[in-house]
Amino acid sequence: MNDRIEKRIELKAPVSRVWRALTDYREFGQWFRVKLDGPFVPGQVSTGQITYPGYEHLKWEAVVQKMEPERLFSFTWHPYAVDPKVDYSTETPTLVEFRLEKIPSGTLLLLTESGFDKIPSDRRLEAFRRNDGGWTEQLKKIEAHVAQTS
Amino acid sequence: MSHKLRSRQARRQQAHAPVFACAFAALGDETRLALVAKLCGGEPRSISQLTQGSKLTRQAITKHLRVLERAGIVRCVHSGRESRFEFEQKSIEEMKDYLDFVSRQWDQALSRLKAFVED
Repeated sequence: MNDRIEKRIELKAPVSRVWRALTDYREFGQWFRVKLDGPFVPGQVSTGQITYPGYEHLKWEAVVQKMEPERLFSFTWHPYAVDPKVDYSTETPTLVEFRLEKIPSGTLLLLTESGFDKIPSDRRLEAFRRNDGGWTEQLKKIEAHVAQTS
Repeated sequence: MSHKLRSRQARRQQAHAPVFACAFAALGDETRLALVAKLCGGEPRSISQLTQGSKLTRQAITKHLRVLERAGIVRCVHSGRESRFEFEQKSIEEMKDYLDFVSRQWDQALSRLKAFVED
């Protein structure tokens, strides 16, 4: 099982435009659908209210990690799990990274969300897979199940 | 899928999210992964069986099993005076569903970003 989510998307816009859409809190809020209380500052907590229809009861809270202009924007958060009644402070958050690369057609955006488990390397998970055929069977069942329901 | 159904599923998955975080963390340990590997064949095993071949004491193995139990990955079944542990198959499926859910949210968010910057 993967412990991370990876996405790559090509955007027909200059890197500087994409950078602004990611890191200007008002612009971020427009496409992500969140009303943020203030600008993103590395090391500081970003708070706000989700505006996505059906999710308006959720709060946004993330800790901004890195802002390397036009290269890397990252934050930690608890993905889509912000129940006002739950205290998440004791749980390990996931890390979201947006990496930008200039390409002829515009910008290549690489998104990674990692930390869904604490397994430090894929190697260990591989070892685990090899360890027991039953686990491989489980994974196959899961894949079939997901293919059916998605 | 209708919007109503989708948001109902989303809410259900959000409600479960802390449990998943706990499950992912529980699996982030070599001993516990090995225990799950032994149990995911489907047959319930006793603590003695699970301690066999391990350098750890029975107490240590029991402690790891309790962590997995709290995370909903294994289940304790009592047969007579003996406790046996079995793999909770649903837990892994639910974790996979949760990752898929987060993944789909990103797909949607990124396509909104695309429309936003290319406009």
